[in-house]
Amino acid sequence: MTDFLEIAGKKISNRLFIGTGKFASYPIMKQALEAAETEVATVALRRVDADLKDKNIIEYIPKPCQVMINTSGARNAEEAVRIARLAKAAGAGNWIKIEVIRDNKYLLPDNLETLKAVEILVKENFIVFPYMCPDLSIGRRMAQAGASAVMPLGSPIGSNRGIKTRELIEIMINEINVPIIVDAGLGKPSQACECMELGSAAVLVNTAIAVADDPVKMAKAFSTAVCAGRLAYLSGIPVTSKFANASSPLTGFLGGKK
Amino acid sequence: MSFYDICQRYKDFDLERVFNSVSSNSVKAAFERDILDLKRFIFLLSPEAENNLESMAQKAQVITRRNFGKSMQLYTPLYLSNYCENSCSYCGFNLNNKIERKKLSLDEVQKEAQLISASGLKHILILTGESRGKSPVSYIRDCVSILKKRFSSIAIEVYPLTEDEYAVLVLAGADGLTIYQETYDERLYAKLHLCGPKKDYRFRLDAPERGAKAGMRSISIGALLGLGDWRREAFFLGLHAKYLQDNFPDIEIGVSVPRIQPQTGDFKAARQVSDKNITQIILALRIFLPRLSIALSTRESPGFREALIPLGVTKISAGSVTSVGGHAIYAKPRQEALQFQIQDQRSVNEIKIMLEKKGYQPVFKDWLDF
Repeated sequence: MTDFLEIAGKKISNRLFIGTGKFASYPIMKQALEAAETEVATVALRRVDADLKDKNIIEYIPKPCQVMINTSGARNAEEAVRIARLAKAAGAGNWIKIEVIRDNKYLLPDNLETLKAVEILVKENFIVFPYMCPDLSIGRRMAQAGASAVMPLGSPIGSNRGIKTRELIEIMINEINVPIIVDAGLGKPSQACECMELGSAAVLVNTAIAVADDPVKMAKAFSTAVCAGRLAYLSGIPVTSKFANASSPLTGFLGGKK
Repeated sequence: MSFYDICQRYKDFDLERVFNSVSSNSVKAAFERDILDLKRFIFLLSPEAENNLESMAQKAQVITRRNFGKSMQLYTPLYLSNYCENSCSYCGFNLNNKIERKKLSLDEVQKEAQLISASGLKHILILTGESRGKSPVSYIRDCVSILKKRFSSIAIEVYPLTEDEYAVLVLAGADGLTIYQETYDERLYAKLHLCGPKKDYRFRLDAPERGAKAGMRSISIGALLGLGDWRREAFFLGLHAKYLQDNFPDIEIGVSVPRIQPQTGDFKAARQVSDKNITQIILALRIFLPRLSIALSTRESPGFREALIPLGVTKISAGSVTSVGGHAIYAKPRQEALQFQIQDQRSVNEIKIMLEKKGYQPVFKDWLDF
């Protein structure tokens, strides 16, 4: 299969990205990442403890996996930029999920501060993935500023409500010329599949996998669903209709007659 | 406008009458909602809700898992000084108690820090008695600067400060503020705090807001349960936490629900608060405020702490010592020198193993200095 998502020279065949918070242990997290064969995993820098060689979360990310550091904890652009720079200095690479949250109740991102951080970090050669509330204008600005992808939320983090922002995300997929990756709120594989059928370039899932009774199986289930959704999208999903459409057309007898 | 003004609104509100008039149906209807208003929070604290604790626990567990995952933040307290100018009858550091008074030198702070950090902990809570003379802000600031080299998160639990003073500590590297009101009942507060700086109810009550404005990233509040009517205290605690969440949405708001334990002196809890009562408070708070951090200290027994872990608790202390220099300087603290008795004496490693067995990831580090 030659269907790759290409970002910053990296060819990604598995379009399920996985977040690494909330797991019961690092070994379980590692097994889940392996079962899903995920190629991109996000890690919060605030959780990385370089002092603990055997318990450092980075050690549990399977080797072929691209680490994407998220700026969890940042309340404005300046803090997000500082976290990104710290991550780079610590050798965690330059793939950054920009997460700027000023709302601890719903954990909804601040689009304006996120956009500012995109503008700064792109100039510093980071590969940036802004997490944002779905909005066409802001998404366009992020893309124009050089974001490698834009990551609108399906519903609030951890809510398991699915793609409640579907209408807005569909518009973004149609109009913005960088990959759209649905991030947050996906509670079950069918919802991830729905995103992929819509044309989302990838999805990012964390809570639904991490807190499942069997996170390893759930990771596999999400991975399979993402693959199915992508295949369906590529196959050309038929338009839905409220009326029946006969398989044998009534005017077939006319053939090619003029 | 501050939380004091909100408190005034509810000061003479007949909560007891409302608590006692709650029906079984209204309790069930309350916890089945995703978002609860204040009235429904009261329902969950009512005597009637005691018949629904199992259902509340099921709901609280789901909410906690969804918001915080299968992980538990660990921290430990470090007592810097037990000099105190107050005479709170319920506290071991009460100035009338004839205990040995100590204050760690900066070298000693260094030694304590070294020993604590060897356990792998990265979050620390530093405490002092309430004495501006013996432990001034400049001393606390110097301690924070020393600790910053070893710990990624430093919270302070000291006497209430002005906004500018909090800002000094934030600049030095403190990111968390813990301050308990003890009791939200202003009249009872006046009776319990007869002298010393602590008798200023309002200055203490509004301290969390000053800390928030000064740039603290997390704020934890609490009431010392057993001083007054616990249902009333829990109501005000929830009200206070919600007020802080609403007004400072970018700050992590947390609570603790300590209850009086035996300590030096002869204070007896005015109201006994049972395990069942504490459980109900935690469940009601979790359902009312899904994103609230809830900490549980070693005041509680190992068995009770473990039972509460899945129900809403997000932070637990480990390897705790409640005397000055108890980690490294003075190997065996005398009982009378403790602020309160510790029920759960397990080491950090023992707590870590317990959490892993229960399917929880012990989180040692969840902050960074940026």
